[in-house]
This record gives sequence, C-alpha cells and structure tokens, in this order.
Amino acid sequence: MKAYNVINTRLPRVDAKAKATGDARYAADLAMPNMLYGAFLQSPFAHAKILNIDTTAAKKLPGVRDVVTAKEAGLVKYGVSPARYDEQVFCPDKVRYVGDEVAAVAADDLETAMEAVSLIKVDYEELPVLLDIESAMKEGAIAIHDDFPGNIGAEVHQEFGNFEEALKECDIVRTDRFVNKRQDGGFLEPQACLAHYDLNGNLTLWTSTQSVHYVQRSVSMVLGIPIGKVRVIKPYVGGGFGPKAAVNAMEIAACLMSRRTGRPVKMVFSREQVFLHSRARHQFFHELTTGVKKDGTIVALKNTCYLDGGAYSSFGIATIYYAGSLLGAPYKLPNMKYDGYRVYTNKPTCGAQRGHGGVAARAAWEQQLDSIAAELNMDPVEFRLKNIMKTGDVTCNDFNMSSLGMKECLEAVRDGSGWSTKKGKLPAGKGIGVACGFFVSGAGYPIYRSETFHSTATIRLSEDGGAVNLYTAAAEIGQGSDTILGQIAAEALGVSLDDVKVHSGDTDFGVDLGAYSSRQTLMSGHAVKAAAEDTKRQVLEALSEKLNISIADMDIAKGVVVFKNGNPDFSQLRTAYIKEHRGWEDLPSGGELTFREAARIAFLTRGVIIGNGAYKPGELGGKYKGAAVGTSPAYGCSAQVVEVTVDMETGKVTVDDMTDAHDCGFAINRTNVEGQMQGSLSMGLGEALFEEVRFDEKGRVANPSLGEYRIPTALDMPNVRTIIVESDEPNGPFGAKEVGEGAIMPTIPAILNAIHDAVGVRIDELPITSERLYALMKGKRRK
Amino acid sequence: MKKLITFRVNDREYEIAVAPNRTLTQVLREDLNLLGTKEGCGVGDCGACTVIVDGKPVNSCLVLAVQADGSDITTIEGVARGDSLHTVQQTFVEMGAIQCGFCTPGMVLSATSLLDKNPRPTEREVREAISGNLCRCTGYQKIVEAVQEASRRMKK
Repeated sequence: MKAYNVINTRLPRVDAKAKATGDARYAADLAMPNMLYGAFLQSPFAHAKILNIDTTAAKKLPGVRDVVTAKEAGLVKYGVSPARYDEQVFCPDKVRYVGDEVAAVAADDLETAMEAVSLIKVDYEELPVLLDIESAMKEGAIAIHDDFPGNIGAEVHQEFGNFEEALKECDIVRTDRFVNKRQDGGFLEPQACLAHYDLNGNLTLWTSTQSVHYVQRSVSMVLGIPIGKVRVIKPYVGGGFGPKAAVNAMEIAACLMSRRTGRPVKMVFSREQVFLHSRARHQFFHELTTGVKKDGTIVALKNTCYLDGGAYSSFGIATIYYAGSLLGAPYKLPNMKYDGYRVYTNKPTCGAQRGHGGVAARAAWEQQLDSIAAELNMDPVEFRLKNIMKTGDVTCNDFNMSSLGMKECLEAVRDGSGWSTKKGKLPAGKGIGVACGFFVSGAGYPIYRSETFHSTATIRLSEDGGAVNLYTAAAEIGQGSDTILGQIAAEALGVSLDDVKVHSGDTDFGVDLGAYSSRQTLMSGHAVKAAAEDTKRQVLEALSEKLNISIADMDIAKGVVVFKNGNPDFSQLRTAYIKEHRGWEDLPSGGELTFREAARIAFLTRGVIIGNGAYKPGELGGKYKGAAVGTSPAYGCSAQVVEVTVDMETGKVTVDDMTDAHDCGFAINRTNVEGQMQGSLSMGLGEALFEEVRFDEKGRVANPSLGEYRIPTALDMPNVRTIIVESDEPNGPFGAKEVGEGAIMPTIPAILNAIHDAVGVRIDELPITSERLYALMKGKRRK
Repeated sequence: MKKLITFRVNDREYEIAVAPNRTLTQVLREDLNLLGTKEGCGVGDCGACTVIVDGKPVNSCLVLAVQADGSDITTIEGVARGDSLHTVQQTFVEMGAIQCGFCTPGMVLSATSLLDKNPRPTEREVREAISGNLCRCTGYQKIVEAVQEASRRMKK
C-alpha cells in the first residue's frame, strides 16, 4: 500500500483544543448587540382545531417586540421530501401533536418572551387523538392530514425475484415479528439559533444543524427571501445523529421575527422541547419471513413493515424505503419482497437517526437468522459466512458492492472474541452473540430532485504562502469531518495538517448537502481532494514556468517541492521570496524549496491561487420505483460479537464485552474511526436495553428528560475491541467510505443473540428492560 | 430583589448583584461570559454544566447563584494555565476523547477533580467519577483511557 504522510494516522482533531478549553462556541453561546430572545407557544393538545388566537395581551406586555402566528408567517409548506411538504412554521387551523408550534414571541429578554407566550389565548376544539398505528389506520379514523385519509402518509411495495415461487424451494421457512420503541437522538446540545436580518435585506442564521444547505433552501423558500441573500452558518454543533438534519420551525421563526423587528433574534430549545421536536428513530413493526435451503443457502425474504411516523413526514419517505431496501445485504439474497407503510399519528414527528431506517429491521432479521442457524444446526458465524456477499456482487435491488470486507469483518470478530472457545460453552446466565451490519456511504441522490453537486470545496492559498485555507460547507457535528477533510487536503496538496485552516459549515463556502447518511468523508472528501489537486497543479505550473521543468517531474510532499530528477538551481526563487519577506522571522533555508516559497511565487506570477473541487456520484441503481433510495457510491459493513451476563433473578442484562469490526474502506484517521465505532456501539446498547420515548394517554411525552429517558452512562458501557478493516473502496477518496452510522447496525442483534445464548429466550420487543426479559424468562420456565 | 454576592471564579474575585432565581450556570454564562460551561438539560441530568465549587464537582444548573456566595469556583476556563493545557485536557486532545465537545468541559472538570482526590483511580473509579457526565458521541472508552493516561503522566 502507498505510504501516506497525513492520512491513515492518529493525528488529533483540529477542533480538540478549542473544545477541551471551553473556547469552542456553540449556537447557544452566541449573542449580538441589541439582540432579542424568542420563545414558542406550543400546543398542549395532541390533536385539536384552532378556533381563534388572541395575541392582544401578549403584544401589550412591556418589552415584547414581536408576536407572530401563521397569519404573519404565511402558509408556505415545507418539509424534507418535496413530495411530502406537510409542515408549516405555525399551525394555521389545527395542531397535530403536543408541542406543535402555534405562535412565537420576541422580547427584550427570555423571561418577558415566556411571560408573553403565556398571555396568548388560543381557543381549541379537541379532536380524537390517534396515538398508535392501529387506531390511525382503523376504518373511519379521523384524518390527521386532509390529503391522506386513512393516515397512511407513504407506502412502498417492491419485489425483486419472485418471493412466493422461491419459497417453494426452501426447506426451512420462518416468520417472526419484531417491534422496537421510539428513540430520541439524545445529543447533548439542544438546538439553538441566532438570526440576523440586516438593513440591506441579507439574512444570516447561525444554527445548530447538520446541513446548512437544506436550512438555507428551506428558510429562503418559506420566507420568500432570495436564496443569495440567505446565509446559514453552523458554529460548533453538539451532536446531531439525524434529528438536526432538516430545518426546524425555530430557525424559520427566528428569521421571521428578525426580519420583522430589524433586530437579531436568538432562540434555544429546552431539553423538553428537544423531545417534542424529536425527528429521531421511528417505532418499527416488522414481520419477516425468510426461506432457507437445508444446506444453509438463504433464498427468499419477505418484509412487511409499519412505521409510526408521528404528525409530519420529515425524513419518513426515505425511512420507509430504507427499512426495506437495506435489509438484504450483506447477504446474497435473490428474492426479496417488501411492503412498507408509514402512518401519521398525533405524536412528535419521527425522522432520521443513526442507521436511518435499517436498525430495527437489522435487529429483527439478524436474530431470525440465528434462529434459522439453530434449526440448521449450523454455527451462526458459519451460516453467515456461507451467505456473505463479497466485492463485486450486486444485490437483487441493484446495489453495487464496489468494495465489501464483510468476510474479513466476520472472521476478525470471530477470532478477536474467542468465539470458537465460547459459543455453546458458557455457563448459564452468560451468553455470546454475533451479527452483521451494512450501510450506505452517503445517499446517492439529493433529497430534492437536482443535478447539484453533493459537495464543493475551495482552497485559497494565503498570499504570503503561509497557509492553506480550505472552504467547505460540510458540517462538523462531532463526527470529525473538519479533521478528516483537513487531512485529505493536506495529503493531496503535500503539506502538513498544521498548514491547513479548515473553514466549514457556511453556505457562503459552497454547496454541501451536509452530515447525513454517512456522506462526508466520501463525498466532501472527494471535493476537497479535487480542490487540493487543482491547487497543487496551479502552484506547480507557476514553478514550471520559472524553472523550466515539466510539471510531471515535480511534486509536493511534506511541505517541500520534490524534484524527481534532482534539485535544480532555485536560488533566484529563494532570493525573491526572501526579498518579499524581508525582516520576517522563519525564512526558508536549506537545500529544499518549500511549499511556502512555491505558493508565494505562484501568487506573484498568477494572483490569488484558488483551487476548486466538486463531487457528485455517477448514476446509481436500478430503474424501479424508489430505486434511488438506498443507492450509494459505496457500502460499509461490519460485524460484532457481544458477550452478556443476565441476572437470572431480575432479568438485568450486563454487556460484558463487545468486539466490533468495521470496513471503512480506508481509515483517514484511525482514532476517529474507532471513536465512531465506539459511539455507535454505545448508542446501540442504549437502544437495545433502555431507550424508549413514552407517552401518556393524551399524547404528552411522559419522560422528556435525560434522567427518565436513559442513555448509556460510563458505567453501562464496557471497553470494546474495535477492529478496523480496510477494503480500499474504488469510489472513495483514497479508498475511504463510511463508519458513522453502519457501525450501529450489528450491536442490537448481537446483544439479543447473546441474551438468547444466555437464557434461551427470543426477544421480539425493544428495549429489553429487566422487567420485559424477566417476564420472558418466567414464561419459558412455565413451558 | 437582587442580592449582592461575592465569589471567586478561576482565581478572580467577583462582586455581583443576582436575582434569587438565577442559577449558577446562568450567572457564569450570561453575567461572567464564561461560556465554556454548557447547559444540556437544566435539571441536573447530563452533567454538561459541571463546575468545581469548593473542591467538589457540581451541576451548576442545580445551584442557585446566591448559594454560591463566598465560594471558590473553577470553570473550564480556569483549567488550562495560559497556553498550556492541563494534563487531562492534553490527554483528551491526544487520545480522541473529544467528539462533539459539548460534554467535554464538564467531563474534564469531573476528571480533574477525581485525580485531585485520587491520583491513581482504577478504571471502575474513573467510570464512577464521570457517570454523571453523559456523552452521546464517544461511547466513553477514549475518555476513560485519557483519564487513566493523565493519571499516569501526573504521577511522574
């Protein structure tokens, strides 16, 4: 393998010092002179008609500068997928969940804004509340959205091969049902934003988002401001995991009130509002039927899925597709049938969360595969290896495995965990389980139909030759993209990471679709690499003219110009550089022409050196309806072995050991890859064992706090073994592909399979709390 | 009615008038502009707002500013000395213990406070000491490793 200087290392993150010292500024840390504070009036009812809104008293309160409702905001609909724009900033005529936004206030301080909110009088007429898919789909149920009688917001029907025919060849056919619970993103930083509309009609919005691009488009569309006058900037962001991927009502409301008052407006969600906003993992109801031959060949899969979507669509159209399309791989599966339904209910809206659409389906199927392996009397690892896809395979729904280190991952966790010495040999109450996972490296197409580049990047060399400025709209939300993109720029240009200043997360820096579907290392990385190569070419061209050496005979590496046929006499260039920098410190000396000198010479002959890069995937996937969803330039995969101890008296599960292998194509930063894997595992552990957003009978979130909605603490997580597998992805920059989301996929089923190994029960409902597991164990004993 | 309080924050004396319902988090962030203290929940669940008060790590969102009258407080801004990071900050940076960074100030303060009292903690003791500081990004492993490495370096 080629030797690299900056990538495939363990360099510290470029933002680590700012974050370690408290210097890093997040949206809630921002302020502007003369700033107002905004607050929302949100619906107390899950489903109700709005008969009248009286804002008179609120407007009269001293210190209140603006009160807005649908009347002031207008009625433009927005959302994620243009086919299902069903949200409005403020409800004009009815509310659809507890927390739906009805009005907002901007005032001199937050206390006044909140007091004013309490003075707004709304007359509601309560409507029947539909809190689950059964009641929402019941004959005669009230429509939550008039356009969708029956409350099915989206449905998908796909078949590849012929499921029914294929089933006839099968020796074992098994049907299982599985239900998870609604999750919350649980990111530490609540959403916050600051909007400033200036006297020239330019709007600037600083916001905690995963995608400045989509926020810019949405704000522009909803408020009718030309897109060129809307600038969205992402400061440091405290995690997202999906829910921060689309515009939210707070962002639009703050912009609206800033435009109306001519003053900056700041808004911050409380933790309870984070739960009400949600946009996190749906509750999935899967029924899976799998057919297998007696030699262990998987032949056919039918998957029927219902999603409890909540009040609006958000990412739900993509979710319902993903819940089917991502399930077959990483196994060879010739026949796959899928029927999916996403149902509106009167609960906060669900959207995308890490492992979008695939996590519950994967949990269900990998557990079912273990049951089938047991019926076949095959070792679960051997059964999986028999059916595994490899590089070059194409799924029945036309996904191309341009690289796939699945076999290597499975073998790595088998060998790294001591599987062979433990499986079937652990004492009662202890168990070991395995599972595989699979995910995209970026959605192949933008959410709206467009030929746009998924990412652009610009590099501007500073005119003194001192610094490489990288400009990208990519969103660093904690996953490490600033560091990864800086490393890619440094490697491709031939300098050190210290020489690169990363400027990111700003719509003025270009187009980047943002941090979702695990796209940034591959897609933004390609754009950055191209920009760096373009920059290098220009510097070398300038040198070529001065030194009369062909570009092909030169390169840049480790911050110096490499002359392939021996160093020429560049003393004139050095003299010129030193003259330009007379009296400055740190002048170059020695026998090598530095990048700094070369960059300065290039500026002196050509003006500002700007390199450009842009990336969009080529045409991907098949021609069937919905073929675009699930396509990606590359697919990541992973395997995991988990060991658990179950307390036989209480049903309490302790995860003792996790061994995880992930094929990230090529690790740009090995520490970051491990960090993404370990973070994924902890989120998966939480979803398997604790996490559930609960509702009362009125549709109110019953546990809207991080005390009652439990995410794993340091005491819940074991130390894990993380094994990086590299398969050199041909479609990735330097061979890289995803790790951010796919790494969560095997965690839940590996835990469930380990619990089965420990106590012999199969789990069809998450989270597997002590109570639920104890009841299952008791039921088994009775039999 | 505001009450006049005095306290030391990061070795500097302050005398300020605060309303009785203001939390220490609010006063640190809004009055003193010490924005490294983060607010993730406001009710003491997440630990992002951890500061050290008279030697003990506390959730500053659960402390009223008037209760801090007369106390000695360290926030994340008081941990580094000039441009040199504290050993714990240094190991967090080097070892990948930081992702989104929102929990990091609180995490660093809980960790430094632990090492002040117990310079050689076991892994379990490290995990217990930071169990009130939630982190959704890292899975905690690299944080635990960074605290242990800081302990090793500080012993030397």
